[in-house]
Amino acid sequence: MKLPDSLRFRIATLFQRSQMNAEMEEELRSHIQHRADDLERSGLPRAEAERRARVEFGGSLRVKQECQEAAGGTLVESFVQDLRFALRMLRKSPGFTVVAVVTLAMAIGANAVVFGFMDALILRPLNVPQADTLYGTEYGLDTGFQSYPNYLDLRDRNRSFDDLAAFTFAFVGIDTGENPSRASGYATSGNYFDVLRIQPYLGRFFHGSDEHGRNSAAYLVLSYVYWHSRFEDDRGVLGRVVRLNTHPFTIIGVAPPEFRGTVLFISPDFFMPIVNQEQVNGENILDARGSTHGIFETFGHLKPGVTPTQAVADLQAVGAYLEKTYPKEFAQKSFSLGHAGLTSFDRAVRAFMTGLMLLAGLILLAACANLGGLFTARAADRSREVALRLALGASRIRILRQLLTEAVLISLVGGTVGLLGNIVLLQRMSLWQPFPGAPIHVPLHPDARIYAVALALALLSGFLFGIVPVRQVLRTDPYEIVKSGSTARVGRRISLRELLLAVQIAICAVLVTSSMVAVRGLARSLHGNFGFETRNAMLTFTNLAMAGYTGDGVATMQKRMIEAIHTIPGVEQVGLVNNYPPLIYAAGSRVNIFKEETKDRTPSNIASMPYSFDVSPEYFEAAGTGLLAGRAFSWHDDKNAPALAVVNREFAGNLFGSVPDAIGRYFALQDGTRVQIAGVVEDGKYLSLTEDQQPAIFLASFQLPSSQSSCLVVRSPRDPQQLAPAIRNKLHELDAGLPVDISTWNSMLDVVLFPARVATVSLGVMGAMGAMLPITGIFGLAAYSVSKRLRELGIRMALGAQRKEVLQAALGRPFKLLACGSAAGLLLGILATRVLSFIVYQATPRDPLVLAGVVLAMSLLGLVATWIPAQRALSIDPMILLREQ
Amino acid sequence: MTNQAQLLPGTLDLLILRAVSLGPLHGYGVLLRIAQISGNALLIEQGALYPGLFRLVRQGVLKASWGTSENNRRAKFYELTAAGRKRLREETASWNRLATAIGSALAAQPEET
Repeated sequence: MKLPDSLRFRIATLFQRSQMNAEMEEELRSHIQHRADDLERSGLPRAEAERRARVEFGGSLRVKQECQEAAGGTLVESFVQDLRFALRMLRKSPGFTVVAVVTLAMAIGANAVVFGFMDALILRPLNVPQADTLYGTEYGLDTGFQSYPNYLDLRDRNRSFDDLAAFTFAFVGIDTGENPSRASGYATSGNYFDVLRIQPYLGRFFHGSDEHGRNSAAYLVLSYVYWHSRFEDDRGVLGRVVRLNTHPFTIIGVAPPEFRGTVLFISPDFFMPIVNQEQVNGENILDARGSTHGIFETFGHLKPGVTPTQAVADLQAVGAYLEKTYPKEFAQKSFSLGHAGLTSFDRAVRAFMTGLMLLAGLILLAACANLGGLFTARAADRSREVALRLALGASRIRILRQLLTEAVLISLVGGTVGLLGNIVLLQRMSLWQPFPGAPIHVPLHPDARIYAVALALALLSGFLFGIVPVRQVLRTDPYEIVKSGSTARVGRRISLRELLLAVQIAICAVLVTSSMVAVRGLARSLHGNFGFETRNAMLTFTNLAMAGYTGDGVATMQKRMIEAIHTIPGVEQVGLVNNYPPLIYAAGSRVNIFKEETKDRTPSNIASMPYSFDVSPEYFEAAGTGLLAGRAFSWHDDKNAPALAVVNREFAGNLFGSVPDAIGRYFALQDGTRVQIAGVVEDGKYLSLTEDQQPAIFLASFQLPSSQSSCLVVRSPRDPQQLAPAIRNKLHELDAGLPVDISTWNSMLDVVLFPARVATVSLGVMGAMGAMLPITGIFGLAAYSVSKRLRELGIRMALGAQRKEVLQAALGRPFKLLACGSAAGLLLGILATRVLSFIVYQATPRDPLVLAGVVLAMSLLGLVATWIPAQRALSIDPMILLREQ
Repeated sequence: MTNQAQLLPGTLDLLILRAVSLGPLHGYGVLLRIAQISGNALLIEQGALYPGLFRLVRQGVLKASWGTSENNRRAKFYELTAAGRKRLREETASWNRLATAIGSALAAQPEET
């Protein structure tokens, strides 16, 4: 058995390494002695014989190395040797080591964090089994919005999915017997949990078989987090009856802790069957085929062997069928598939992550370039050592391996440090709730995959910058260097090192430019014109369904609330808008508008699809929306008066050409109602800050069937801290059982600005880190160039050179590099911000402030980095220097 | 020294095996034995010998043990293992075939036409 034998031998050699070494040395010594014996016998004196024997034998170092290699196990052995040597070398130059490790730790850390985000957001957004075959259907304008009847048809007629589930949001008042509060959850199809293939943590889930028509399944499944916080982990909760908007529901189960719903960022408190949603939303969506927002998202597992392309074709076929069968209610738009949980944000998130990933990659590249530069400089400084080892018979491969070991060692240490920081950061972030009270969180889980990626990156970068000095070592001529000592060859046109540094400065300038653009964009979006004034405005959210109001009672109660709040001292205006005001919780929903004369109100004849809001008289004053022409609603515009609308400038322009032309004109709603335009208001933002200008109409809420969910906009210069309790007390006097949510409009806008904020913060951090990188690089180059030319500078000074000239000689090159690199980076940065403008509102690089900022930042950077070398160049004492050398 | 033949690559191992097959030898002894059996026609560089020896030990065709030399010095002695004897037989045969083939190829005369 040859193999096991040799294997055993290898293992044995590993452990008996030092003994082997000693034996090898003894054997070679014995050989030389025998040879010397022979020579002595031929007449030489013993000492001469031994000398001759040694000379004949040649370099014993090389022989020993070759023997070790021949004896096997040498890779590990020489690796341990390299490692020890590397550790010794690094300990000898702690400054270099610390700079290298910190640089890498930052770069690897940044990449690991970004990968963590990507892992959480794109690679596996939902914590459910087999998420890779789970797809959400997108319909029309890149959203999952769908009506419930359409969902049923999709579910029953498609041939691509195992089963399709659907859900929408449910915002309810929940009464467990003590203080009623608001909660948000999902109203889901009965098969929801079965489609997701998850098991309950406690009790049971509801199933498709529990659905028996409208309001037939009053069951409630709690999320683990909500069960934990609201019911304090009480296992007796199963079977308890709680009231959602005064309707009794039975708690039947608790979802597992790792499952946080099927929309990213938004974790629900509970899950209830969608067949019961009328009880909590007050509106029956189960039969409204024409509705575009009955269902938030439809998703399911593709059948084995079905590709997404086939599934899309299948969905299109169902869509064609629906269009043929329900021409009035169904407009054929294209279907597509997206990652479940992300359908609505897929594109934005992807663009954001791509940008971030790109930047992180650039940082890593810059760090590598920088470290490559440092290693090259070090290899140059160590050329004497390398030459000596070459002369003693060490092979070049061996020396390279040693240098590479050093590089990899540094990269591993740096990677570990970066990863540790990253773990702490990710853990903090996964606990982070950006908006207290809102069920929003970032699902980050530091895990083995992230560690593996970081490790791989560390190793890769280690090899990358370890390889940089290879050429230098391969070219080393030992005799030249040992003879003449290391002298810098000044005047080479441009070295690899300088090129790397220029690239790095350019990358740094890109980062600085991007982060400045982002910061400016955010600043501008905070002060942009939204079409309403958020300062001094409070939003009071109520849902009258939660206190059992229905029918005419709703409008009566809403009027009473408005009157009650008016009596609070300091309140100037109170306006009401059904559901949510513009921009809040992406509340803008579109309606189909037809020209007055259009008889056939089919999807193909739609004249415009504006956002629609139902508002009370005084809403525009309370919201601070400027009236351009005509009039706003009055209290006389009630159900008995003709239907009126206020439209925005965009809508007026689109349909009627100009603002004055629109006043008094008519348009028709889907149901045929003729609506007259009473006034025109300024344009604004409705769904998101980055949207292009959209048309919008405002209808009079008291002319419409009342909506139980509404928001009161209260304008008052009073301190929100005092105003909120005053509003709360007033409403409590009216109805003690009505949950009320009060916050300032500004704080609600934070939700809208969240993506831009995250982008800005991460870009800011990246920019700062990116700026750190070339500092070490420029510092390295400047210090190197000063120390190599000390003698020359000394002579110049002795000959009477001025300080300025000395500085120019010493630092001219680094500065030139800085200037070129910055210019290139600035240009690239301007190009890169095109990507940014997808996410960051009003991100434009054509901004003098940004340009000036970048130039200033880069000059500061150069100043910081060259300060110490400049001081050193200036403090040269030519006398001492010339005497020494 | 000038009429010494260059070693063909791969022949060092064969020579070592052959030298050791005549009885256990230490490293220097192997050198002397090769010089002796080749009639001083082949000279092996002293440093090149040891990696060869270590390689053969690793391959399991040689085994080594410490002993005392004829000069009364401690030395490491090498001898063939069973696998080594087999290898020597095979490589000798294959070398002979090669040498014969090359010899006859070089000796061939152009055929009369």
